[in-house]
This record gives sequence, C-alpha cells and structure tokens, in this order.
Amino acid sequence: MIRVNPALNTVVKNVWSTVGSVLSNLRQPGKGSSMLVGVLLVTTLAMSAANLLLPVDSPLYVSTYTITLMGKYLCFAMLAMAVDIIWGYCGILSLGHGAFFALGGYGMGMYLMRQIGDRGVYGNPDLPDFMVFLNWQELPWYWSGMDQFWFAVLMALAVPGLLAFVFGWLAFRSRVTGVYLSIMTQALTYALMLAFFRNEMGFGGNNGLTDFKDILGFDLQSDATRVGLLLVTTLLLVIAILTSRAIVQSRLGRVIVAVRDAEARSRFLGYRTEHYKVWLFVYSALIAAVAGMLYVPQVGIINPGEFSPLNSIEVVVWVAVGGRGTLYGAIVGALLVNYAKTRFTAIMPDGWLFALGALFVIVTVYLPQGLAGLLQRFSGDKPEQAAGRELDSDASNGVSGREANA
Amino acid sequence: MNSLNEFTGQARELMRRDTTWPFLVPRRRSPDVSKNVILYLEGLSVSFDGFKALNDLNLYVNDGELRCLIGANGAGKTTLMDVITGKTQCDSGSAWFGQNIDLLAHDEAEIAQLGIGRKFQKPTVFEAHTVFHNLELSLQGSKGVWSALTAKLSGAERDRIDEVLNIIGLEKARFQMAGALSHGQKQWLEIGMLLAAEPRLLLVDEPVAGMTAEETERTAELLTSLAGKHTVIVVEHDMEFVRSIARTVTVLHQGSVLAEGTMDQVQNNRDVIEVYLGEEA
Ligand SMILES: Nc1ncnc2c1ncn2[C@@H]1O[C@H](COP(=O)(O)OP(=O)(O)O)[C@@H](O)[C@H]1O
Ligand SMILES: [Mg+2]
Repeated sequence: MIRVNPALNTVVKNVWSTVGSVLSNLRQPGKGSSMLVGVLLVTTLAMSAANLLLPVDSPLYVSTYTITLMGKYLCFAMLAMAVDIIWGYCGILSLGHGAFFALGGYGMGMYLMRQIGDRGVYGNPDLPDFMVFLNWQELPWYWSGMDQFWFAVLMALAVPGLLAFVFGWLAFRSRVTGVYLSIMTQALTYALMLAFFRNEMGFGGNNGLTDFKDILGFDLQSDATRVGLLLVTTLLLVIAILTSRAIVQSRLGRVIVAVRDAEARSRFLGYRTEHYKVWLFVYSALIAAVAGMLYVPQVGIINPGEFSPLNSIEVVVWVAVGGRGTLYGAIVGALLVNYAKTRFTAIMPDGWLFALGALFVIVTVYLPQGLAGLLQRFSGDKPEQAAGRELDSDASNGVSGREANA
Repeated sequence: MNSLNEFTGQARELMRRDTTWPFLVPRRRSPDVSKNVILYLEGLSVSFDGFKALNDLNLYVNDGELRCLIGANGAGKTTLMDVITGKTQCDSGSAWFGQNIDLLAHDEAEIAQLGIGRKFQKPTVFEAHTVFHNLELSLQGSKGVWSALTAKLSGAERDRIDEVLNIIGLEKARFQMAGALSHGQKQWLEIGMLLAAEPRLLLVDEPVAGMTAEETERTAELLTSLAGKHTVIVVEHDMEFVRSIARTVTVLHQGSVLAEGTMDQVQNNRDVIEVYLGEEA
C-alpha cells in the first residue's frame, strides 16, 4: 500500500483540474486555432525583433539561419493545413499536394529568375543561365510576363488552381474515391516530376531554378528581407487559418464533413457532392500553391525533387501526427515533425526515412486522432458536450453552434 | 412622395441580409398529378451481370397514398428504390414523377431536389454532426456550394427544425452527436431528415428494422400520419407492421409485381401463397 499525503493529493488534484480546464478550453470549437494564431504571431515577431535589434553576441540573438528555417517550417505548415482541409474534413486523401506546392514554387522561381537579369554567369539580360547553356536564342512564350511580380503571382495561383480544377472535375465527377483517387494524385505529381526533369521543358531541368538575387528590389541575402519574408509567411498563414476556419465552421463545412461520412446520404438530400469536392480541392490546392510561392525565395531553390511522390506522402504524415480535421493539428504536426527532421538528419542523415515510417506506424496504431486527439483524451471532454456548451453559450445568437473543431 | 417611399421600401426588401433574392432560389418543379397518380413505373428492368434484379416491373402509386412493398429478400425492393432515386440506371422501362417529370433523365441530387426523399435500409445519418445540424443540412432550399458558404438559418427554418424534432421525438437530443444515438433513434432521425426536406414522395426502406415494439408502434403512427400530405412508399418485412399501416400492399417477387391489393386480398392470393408456402407470411 502506498500512503499518499492528503495535502499533496489535493495539490495534485488541483493542478490536474487546472490543466484539464485549460485543455478542455482548447478543445472548444475555434479555440485551438485562435490560440495557435496568437502563438505564431508572438513567436515570429519576437524572433524577428531578436534578429534585427539584438547584437550578434547577445544570448537572445536569433540567427538569420534560424529565421529562414522558421519561415520554411511555416510554409510546410501551410501545406499541411491544405492537406488537412481536403483529407481531414472531406476524406479525400491526396498524395499529390506536393505538386501544387511545387507549381506555386516554380511560378515564384520564374519571377526570381527573371529578376537576376544580366547578373547571371553568362550575363544575358533576358535569358536565364540554363537557357544560354542550352543554346536557346529566345525566351519560351510561357516565360513572358514572368518578370512582372503580379503576373507571376497570378500564374503561380492560376496554374495549380486550374490543374486542381480539371483533375478534381474529372476524378470526382466519375466518382473516383478512396485508394484509387490517392493513386491518381500520386501519378499526377510523379508525371509532373518526370516532365520537369526534362531540360526541354524550359524550367531548368534537373537543377531547377536557383541563384536568385532579389525580390521586388530587396536583396534576398539581407537579414531584413529574410525577416520580412518570415513575417509575410506568418501573416499569410494566419489569413489562411482564419479563412479555412470560417469555411469549415459554415454550413459549407458541415456539408463537407457530411460528404466525408455519408456521401450517398448527402446526394439523396440534394447536394451535388462532386461540386463540393472540386471546389474544396481547388481551394486546398491554392493554399498549397501560396505555400510553395513563399517557400522558394526563402530556401533559394526550386527543383523537380519537390514533385517527388515521397514529399507528398511526408505531408500526410505531418497531418496524421498532428491530428486530422482540426486545422491546428496539421500545423503543429508539420512544425514538430520538421523540427525533428532537422535535428535527426544532423545526427543520422540516412535514418530519417525509417524514423518517418516508424512515426507513421506508431501514430496510426496508437494515436489515430494524432496529437489533437491526445489533447482531447486528456481534457476528458466529449465532443458533444463541447458542442452543446457552445450552443448554450451563444443562445442569444440562436443556434450557430459548430461541432467542427478548428 | 408616396411612390418614393414605396420604392425605398421595396429596395430595402430586396437588400435584406437574411433572405435570398427570389430569382436565386431554384424553383422546384412540382409533379403534375392531375390524374391523381404521382409515380408511374412501366416495364422497368435492371440486371446485374445477367441476373435480373427487376424484371419488367409495372407499378403506379396514387398521390397521397401509403403503399407497402413486401417481398422476400432479394425480390428487388431496394433496387426499385435505387432506380426511382437515380442511383441505379435501368436497362429498359420508364419512370415518371407525375405526368411531367421523367425521373430517368435526372441524377440523385436533382431527384432529391424535385421532392423525392429516401431513407436507406441501413440507417444513415451524419454521425459527426449534432441532431440539429443533421436536420439543418436536410432543409429544403438551395444546395449549391456558394449558398452553403453564406447560409444563415432563418427563423422559419429554425421553426421547421423544431417542428421536425417534435415529430420525431428527439427534442432532448437536439445537441447530441448523431453518432451517439441508439439504433432506433437514428432511424427516426433519418426519417426526420426526410421530413425537414418536405418531399412529395417518401421512400422508406425497412424503417422498423432493429426497433423495439414500442418504437415500431410509434413509427407506424408517424408514417400513417404522413400519408395524405405526402405520398409514402414503405418497404418492410415485418408483417405485423405492414398490417397495421397498409391500405394497399404490393408484393414483389423476382423483380416483378406478383400481386397487389389490400392485405387480406394479398394474403389470400394463390400466387402469393404458392411463393410464400412454408413462410410465415
Ligand atoms: N449493385 C448490385 N450488384 C449486383 N447485384 C445486386 C446489386 N444490387 C442488388 N443486387 C442483387 O439484386 C437482387 C435484389 O436486391 P435488392 O433490391 O437489394 O433486394 P431486396 O431489397 O428486395 O431484399 C439481389 O439478389 C441482390 O443480390
Ligand atoms: Mg432491401
């Protein structure tokens, strides 16, 4: 028998209940992502200030390397959220979202390439180095206009958006679902990878696009630009989170979950489920493209490797680790797994894939709801109670309760 | 001055945030039932890999009727519902909703919007949503992506949901997740979802499967009360239940109609007795 000191017992109980209430607070619809938005803003602002304002030898100084690493993680987080929207909420397991990310990235890369101007190795004012190297005489037609920032951004959104629309329209209209759809998305990204590897495509082939100098006139190597890019990334991520949350909490979001859980039932209620799927897929692809656009100036390169099927599968692991269908889970999952990856590859570069595989298996077996599910279990809050409470709490507003937790 | 007031009044009406512009609300085509028949099924045949699930089936259902479909397992009852609701394409035959709407020319979503609601054999509700939201999603109205994004419940819609909750006796469970309901409650919720959509024709596949005796009785009452305002077609195995609600019974056998009439007529029909020989019916 173990004697427990009663005083200690109450203290422990109190601590437990405080932790429990914090956690259950987090579980309330919308709370998780609000808190995450706050944390993201505070962290990145603090990091930026520490980089720009503190002297290099200060213990609190944040290196520009760290700033850029954080920016990269946030791009991955945005990509993970895009996958969560389509997988977690609508049950469409896309194993090809890396394709939309990479296309967005290539759009931005083309702009950055044109900004190099005559500062390239060959000093050609119009042609990027790799084209001079291939003995091309003039810019291919699809490169024209890409020296304009607005046009490049437009293209970087329009191309992946259109691809997602056509792909989704064909797939969902023919009612392709489940594993077949996942295989199709893999094939899509794989085909694009092969295409972009070819030199004749005019996207730099194997080497991709790199050696960027500046963006909108700002030197890409300067600390201030790096910090600026991190802040823009954070801002856009926050906007994406808030927009997505508004979507999943609207009736549209409820229809999407309904389609995920009982598609036939939704159809017989009069919903054109394929339309819902197509538009959600396009929305998700656009977010992935924005993430890709932000990623390229920060890492300084885009190559066909970004289309690799493995990349897209990795994103799915991030989402699974964080927890599907919560938005914030995907973001937290992406940040944690990528941090782990950075750490792990520094020690054992070859072991990462095995670690990732093991992680996926462990999460699938022991944590089917991911870390967000763990949170839910600890807070001991049943979802229906949370929904009910929300409904009670804004009774003035009538019923606008939302069970989709985001 | 007066006309100006009138005009601003109208303009304000047009700009009201809580309503949709009338021309944006899809007009629901209603079936022409001047001949008092709401469903015409003629010569329907469906085969799966050579097996004839429906075989030259003819069936007419009157407007406002409560019709029971009975038949052994595999007789084609569910397949018949699949054809009416656009899920299954038929090989030959015609299916008309009233005299004016060709059901075979529409898909599931359109048929649902035309006012044909369907309850599945296996109760199917949106388990991750509350009872309330299950009904919200079922309400009649525009089902487009954009209108779903901007949708707000109107007072009338909320009243309708309350009314349906009352009919199906789930007021207390309104904020419960549908996944947490008992089997019988799910059956009722699904019926409620049909009612929320205010369909002209309800197809109800085995509504009392897995219900307690008391629940079965209440379901019988509910379905009987629906007839008249709606047309109801019920598929059921439970003969006691069928006897308690049916006015007209249609017996299906191997994909075609074997007999039709009142329960007594059907039970004394020689073909039916022959087919069911040795069975309790
Ligand atoms: N999609 C399908 N593919 C192949 N056979 C089917 C399909 N749907 C139904 N059937 C067959 O058609 C017959 C009629 O089925 P069903 O309409 O479900 O019968 P009931 O509802 O009267 O029990 C059964 O023999 C069933 O096996
Ligand atoms: Mg059946």
